[in-house]
Amino acid sequence: MTNDKVTNILMAGVGGQGTLLASEILSEVLMQAGYDVKKAEVHGMAQRGGSVVSHVRFGKKVHSAIIPEGGADVLFGFELLETYRYLPLVDPNGTVVVNNLRIAPPSVALGKEEYPEDIPAKLQQHIDDVRVVDGLRLAEQAGNSRTVNTVLLGALSNLLAPTHEQWLNAIRALVPEKFLKVNLEAFELGRGIVQC
Amino acid sequence: MQKTVLSGNEAFARAAYEAGVQVASAYPGTPSTEILENITQYERIDSSWAPNEKVALEVGIGASMGGARALVTMKHVGVNVAADPLFTFSYTGVRGGFVLVAADDPEMHSSQNEQDSRNYARFAKVPMFDPADSQEALDFTRLAFAASEQFDTPIMLRSTTRISHSKSVVTLGEPMQDLPATGLTRDAKKFVMLPGNARIRHPFVEERLERMAEWACDQPFNRIEEGQGELGIITAGVAYQYAREVFPEAGILKLGLVHPLPQRLIREFADRYKTLYIIEELDPVIEEQVRAMGIEVIGKDKVPICGELTPGRLRKAFGLAATEPLELTEQLPPRPPNMCPGCPHRGVFYALNRLKAFVTGDIGCYTLGFMPPLSAMDTCICMGASIGNATGLSKVLDAEDQQKVVAVIGDSTFLHTGVNGLMDMVYNQSPATVIILDNSTTGMTGRQDNPSSGFTLSGEKAYQVDLEALCRSLGVRNVRTVDPYQMDETRQVISEEMARPETSVVITRRPCVLIKHDLFKKNPPLFVDADKCTACQACLKLGCPAIEWEPGEGGDKGYAKVDRLLCTGCGICEQVCKFGAFGVCHD
Repeated sequence: MTNDKVTNILMAGVGGQGTLLASEILSEVLMQAGYDVKKAEVHGMAQRGGSVVSHVRFGKKVHSAIIPEGGADVLFGFELLETYRYLPLVDPNGTVVVNNLRIAPPSVALGKEEYPEDIPAKLQQHIDDVRVVDGLRLAEQAGNSRTVNTVLLGALSNLLAPTHEQWLNAIRALVPEKFLKVNLEAFELGRGIVQC
Repeated sequence: MQKTVLSGNEAFARAAYEAGVQVASAYPGTPSTEILENITQYERIDSSWAPNEKVALEVGIGASMGGARALVTMKHVGVNVAADPLFTFSYTGVRGGFVLVAADDPEMHSSQNEQDSRNYARFAKVPMFDPADSQEALDFTRLAFAASEQFDTPIMLRSTTRISHSKSVVTLGEPMQDLPATGLTRDAKKFVMLPGNARIRHPFVEERLERMAEWACDQPFNRIEEGQGELGIITAGVAYQYAREVFPEAGILKLGLVHPLPQRLIREFADRYKTLYIIEELDPVIEEQVRAMGIEVIGKDKVPICGELTPGRLRKAFGLAATEPLELTEQLPPRPPNMCPGCPHRGVFYALNRLKAFVTGDIGCYTLGFMPPLSAMDTCICMGASIGNATGLSKVLDAEDQQKVVAVIGDSTFLHTGVNGLMDMVYNQSPATVIILDNSTTGMTGRQDNPSSGFTLSGEKAYQVDLEALCRSLGVRNVRTVDPYQMDETRQVISEEMARPETSVVITRRPCVLIKHDLFKKNPPLFVDADKCTACQACLKLGCPAIEWEPGEGGDKGYAKVDRLLCTGCGICEQVCKFGAFGVCHD
């Protein structure tokens, strides 16, 4: 909080993966930690299985909610191709946290185009700090395959200033009661793995 | 006061509560939809979905006539539908404060055009606020209600996708006091807009704008941020955020009220800076008015008219250095939106493709029927247009081509503005076929209820419009209803009605897979027996996200496979497979 730099986190995924809830929790925890926060995303058309992206910016004072090209300090990806797609928005000195999951877009499902191979390696050609998370395996370990988003948040939490307790409070505030226990477990599993 | 993170839409809803709004009405439309959805949490506000924006506005006007504060919300193109009452409401003015939120969609993230609602404010002579974040969405809405009563005028608030769907930190306010009293008040001179009365109200409207323009010069929502050089910028709305970020040293006149403009304040500001930029999204609305004041400015000669602004686009427009971004060296497969697995519309478009129909389309999830591989939509203009377009098209075709014309329209869109088109089709004896895709919800905007869904906005049971009876009462003699999961029957019925040389309606009825109220039940998922799959790829032509092609290796032919997690068991793939390769999982 001592300098005026705005930190930028770009979240990318496929409609239906729970990126919205994850970006809500992220914004909440950042506000609780005392930052000015802005978050931009697009609903409607984009949700029907299309590419989904959330811009989260925080700092002492944030004006634009949109992250400029080359400005993302963290690219936080829920799916490999959608993460790779937003490479031009990442700061080359930034960090990529990516879920090791492949979801075929329509042209690939139809056999008309190929899904790009070795995306983590391609990301590493440009960015030194690429962290691949096996979100689905950990979510299943937590007890529900739909908690991948919370696993990934746990992994992301290691890179950011808010305390462990502030994260747990934000999750408690936003996750419905009946899914809370499994999401807290998923968060801990995610937080445990990216200490590397 | 309490601080919280709110979207612009949540802030508009909160402001309605704080301002003591009693009635809120809307038709859903991205990016405005969540305002009404969030208002339902405030029990003292009567909030409802109207069948279209014109009705929503008229409901709001009625509440204002009764002395209550009213909020009406819609997307930008909804204002086209509501324009008729809007322009005359400007003449009558209000009793209870009235606010219309019009949510623009620069960049067309989810719209068919990117019209700029500020033109409506000028055209209808209605004042307009243009908030720049969620805090201003809340503050300006409160202000607007007070100003509406002070100046006897409806007031518009312009939102955009980046205001409505962005979240930022908001300090909540206390509920406003001294609200107007409700009740019947006869005032024909004010509310009966016959020529004699309207001629008296028009000069009032002109004078009202002049008074507001002068008032707005001294209000804190129009503010000057002093700069450190020779550059001054006039801006408003979300464009302010981008201007502030890109030009941190510049002086800025940030307008909160974009109509009418505070001319005295603009002159004062312009006198202080050698160079003046006007940074606004979409049309040169402020720019043209400032130029007309005789002030030299740089605006749309540099800032793009098309698309939304971003800090990056602004830097580029003014030739400022930006960091060189990393470049993708390969072409990536796109990921456009698609109909959901199990979507009841899919089989209908598959049939229309096979029947080589010329399909006049409409606005909804089903507009995605235009995308390959279904590729079965040939036109899409606006809400309700499919039916009138089909009528007009049929007028100029020979009998053989007339049979190919099919209008497709969803249940919510049909009730929005399709009914009149169908009335005309029958009345003027068009031979076209209309398919009402009845999924019992308003899908694309996020599953809102409508008059044919059987529920209200607040989830209460409601009368369900009988679509068959409605069509018959308009004079359609041939109304047939099919289950779109039954592929053969659906195709057969559509084919027969296309051939019939008079107006006919086919209603394809199946609930949306995402429908609320627990009305959709998944079936067990399907699988493909790879040994039976002949690689004909007929199933791929359905464009179902749950079906993926597995290319063969080493000369092998490959086979289709089903993603069990995505599959809802609708079974239409099983019906198009001629080789019995699909089976149902029973584990």
